Amino acid sequence: MPLLDIENLTVEFQTAGGVFRAVDGVSLYCEKGEILSIVGESGSGKSVAMLALMGLLPWTAMVTADRMIFDGRELLGMSPEKKRKIVGREMAMIFQEPMSSLNPCFTVGFQIKEMLRQHTDMNRAQRQERAIELLASVGIPAPKERLSVFPHQLSGGMSQRVMIAMATACQPKLLIADEPSTALDVTIQAQILDLLRSFAHEHGMALILITHDMGVVAEMAERVQVQYAGQKVEEQNVVDLFTHPHHPYTAALLSALPERANARRLPSIPGVVPGQYDRPPGCLFEPRCSFATEICRQGAKRQGSGLGHALCNHPLNGPGDDAGEQKQRNKAGATS
Amino acid sequence: MVQATDSTPAAKAAASVRRRMLGEFWFYFSENRGAVIGLWVFVALVVIAIFAPLIAPHSPIHQYRDALLVPPVWQEGGRWEFLLGTDPVGRDVLSRLIYGSRFSLFIGIVVVTVALTFGIVLGLIAGYFRGGIDIAIMRVMDIILAFPSLLLALVLVAILGPGLMNAMIAIALVYQPHFVRLTRASVMSEMNRDYVVSAKVAGAKPFYLMTRTLLPNCVAPLIVQATLSFSNAILDAAALGFLGLGAQPPTPEWGTMLAEAREFILRAWWVVTFPGLAILITVLAINLMGDGLRDALDPKLKRS
Amino acid sequence: MLKFLLSRLAVLIPTFLGVSIIAFSFIRLLPGDPVMLMSGERVMAPERHAEIMHELGYDRPLPVQYLDYLGGVLTGDFGKSVVTKRPVVDDFFKLFPATLELSLCAIIIAVVLGIPAGVLAAVKRGSFFDQTVTGAALVGYSMPIFWWGLLLIIVFSGVLQWTPVSGRISLLYFFKPVTGFMLIDSLLSGQKGAFASAVNHLILPAIVLATIPLAVIARQTRSAMLEVLGEDYVRTARAKGLSPLRVVGLHALRNALIPVITTVGLQVGVLMAGAILTETIFSWPGIGKWMVDSVSRRDYPVIQSGLLIIAGIIMMVNLIVDVLYGLVNPRISHD
Repeated sequence: MPLLDIENLTVEFQTAGGVFRAVDGVSLYCEKGEILSIVGESGSGKSVAMLALMGLLPWTAMVTADRMIFDGRELLGMSPEKKRKIVGREMAMIFQEPMSSLNPCFTVGFQIKEMLRQHTDMNRAQRQERAIELLASVGIPAPKERLSVFPHQLSGGMSQRVMIAMATACQPKLLIADEPSTALDVTIQAQILDLLRSFAHEHGMALILITHDMGVVAEMAERVQVQYAGQKVEEQNVVDLFTHPHHPYTAALLSALPERANARRLPSIPGVVPGQYDRPPGCLFEPRCSFATEICRQGAKRQGSGLGHALCNHPLNGPGDDAGEQKQRNKAGATS
Repeated sequence: MVQATDSTPAAKAAASVRRRMLGEFWFYFSENRGAVIGLWVFVALVVIAIFAPLIAPHSPIHQYRDALLVPPVWQEGGRWEFLLGTDPVGRDVLSRLIYGSRFSLFIGIVVVTVALTFGIVLGLIAGYFRGGIDIAIMRVMDIILAFPSLLLALVLVAILGPGLMNAMIAIALVYQPHFVRLTRASVMSEMNRDYVVSAKVAGAKPFYLMTRTLLPNCVAPLIVQATLSFSNAILDAAALGFLGLGAQPPTPEWGTMLAEAREFILRAWWVVTFPGLAILITVLAINLMGDGLRDALDPKLKRS
Repeated sequence: MLKFLLSRLAVLIPTFLGVSIIAFSFIRLLPGDPVMLMSGERVMAPERHAEIMHELGYDRPLPVQYLDYLGGVLTGDFGKSVVTKRPVVDDFFKLFPATLELSLCAIIIAVVLGIPAGVLAAVKRGSFFDQTVTGAALVGYSMPIFWWGLLLIIVFSGVLQWTPVSGRISLLYFFKPVTGFMLIDSLLSGQKGAFASAVNHLILPAIVLATIPLAVIARQTRSAMLEVLGEDYVRTARAKGLSPLRVVGLHALRNALIPVITTVGLQVGVLMAGAILTETIFSWPGIGKWMVDSVSRRDYPVIQSGLLIIAGIIMMVNLIVDVLYGLVNPRISHD
């Protein structure tokens, strides 16, 4: 039984222009100690899905799912009081902007110890000791002195380390990292990712890493879930995904990697993720897909596990399929 | 194709940009229900002020000796000819209120115009030239701001002598530092922008630069501040009138009317209630409008 | 922090000198000379006139007169009232407690009601409560308070007969002022009913004076809170599994209070302007009424020095608020 098991999660927002569906029937699971990566462009609903899991969305959001089970407990319909015992303690989250994610009015020590105060019955001295230990564990020099420092006195990388220390204070079973390295300098990025990976391995902590960067995925993830416009379009283990992407969107993402580009120009995916007003009626990727055919305007079919659960009528790299040439022909025929 | 009356493409483009901006402005403004209500009330007030002689049933200063302190029409003893009753010397309250709108709007317009003009000029000079002249101007503004506005206006009027004109001058003087500060701040933030630098490189003269390049970019905060000052000016002028230092009797200015009616407060509620209500409604309408303007003009609050 | 304080003082001292110059020059801007203005309509022999001018030092050059005045101010001599013949400082200290008591009550009402109202309105954005608070704040902000005071008198003193119309305490009670605060003095006097009478006299003026600060503080708190609630660190606090009360009341409010403190500080000027009107309406014997009376009596030494003292007090309070602002904002206090 997986640690986290979400089935058919949908998140909708009531906006002035009608209902906006940010997450559309996403299913997701994560085993104990596993590093799962969720990949997609901005607007693909990857953060929203995880915020929904944590219960951090504004009240305007409507969250529905068939099930949302964490460590054997159903989170849907759980009372807020009960859920707050899980959130922070067993399931923690860090965010993209470490500098603004820490409260500027409280010291680093206060913010870390607050987590311990909330979820453990440690006394004052124990909390102090544990906080020092935590800061040391995320590689902050002079941890004792740093406890009395305010966030604005820290650099971005330091702030993210503090965030990690805070999130892992109660040794959670699952850590969700939402683009944890995106806002940082390149050299710091690698350090933060290393830190997260070692934490996951040492403590047997599951890690869900949200990113848009395929390079980060390759380096970190064990399994990958690709999301597009609020839908899960593909899911595979990381090696297979990189060698045999089944969804054209995944393939396009991979070919946009600089190190994979063989032409002089870096390939990019034409068009943008559909928004609230330009949602295509059929397959959501159809307007940007070079393999799309007439049936793609009706809808997309979910493929089996052999084809990475791809949400696509014409999955690539199928057994006995010799690449996309034939598809290209089909497309030409369909549009003429 | 639509036949354009304007021949040059540049002018046409500029006109279309302006129309689009106006449309966008109206979209955000009209989203705010309060602001639209405020706008309509304000328009109604302007109409009432302009056509006061046609609308008012009586002269604002004619004293009906046979009708002293007649209550409003719905109360016992009320008379149909005096809908909102009469004051202690037999003047029709409604007519005085209608004429009073002229004074309030006039006060607002004069104060804002004077304060805005001087404020922009001083602010542009301070922000553009910086250095000694900037320090001098801003110090003087700090000094003015150190006094509570009504107190300073009160003392100024005491020196200049009571009267509507002096009250307006005093209020304008007290409000002007806000405009100086705003203009200076926006000028300073715009000065380093590329478009200003390029205009400078292109050889634009300081005056041209200030009026054509810098000023248009300070307009939004100035408009919001002007609306705020408009309503505050009405309040302060009425307060001065109430203290006997603004418009002098028998001028039907709302604050002055309240001052005259004060001693009858427990005997005739209507002579006190209606002028104040008129002030409140006017000020409220303008403030509602101001909120809408701020939302529509402030790009920070605009949702992408 | 010390640097911050020094930089404030560096601006404050020249401003205060400027304020004193303005206050000083007002009388001199008037047509005619001070002695003629004070004597009013009475005819005066030229010799006597010159004598008084000399006596009061008005025949010296203006800069000398100013330095003399400034020297007096720095040693606590603010001149004498033409009407009461008493030193201006004495009159001021006799009347100031009344204004202070009224203003303190008003600002307490405004803060105690305004901040929670603003916080709740922001938390329940768009709700009926929010709309009520926003609407009421806008009305309060637009209120001509002199009319509002009269209206309350009509209702509570006229129709309901609950509160008196003027003064600080009923004439039935008499006791020597100790603190100058009627609420405290009435309790100290031990006379039965004195405290209730003092409260009864204070309540309407305090409400009237609190109206605009209350509206401004509620509005400012709401908008500061709305901004803060959208911040990342509030999301972090929620991600820690903290209760909504702690997230809003500690993490969000602590940050929202920083701009609110500045707003509260700015209300001191509003309170002084409001005191002028409120004290006039309720015949409250404080410095607001004192200034209005002095203006109508043309008591120029009082106007001049009163203006200076009030501006000085406001500047001092603003300095205190600046320090407080620095203290609550770690970005300044821990630099």
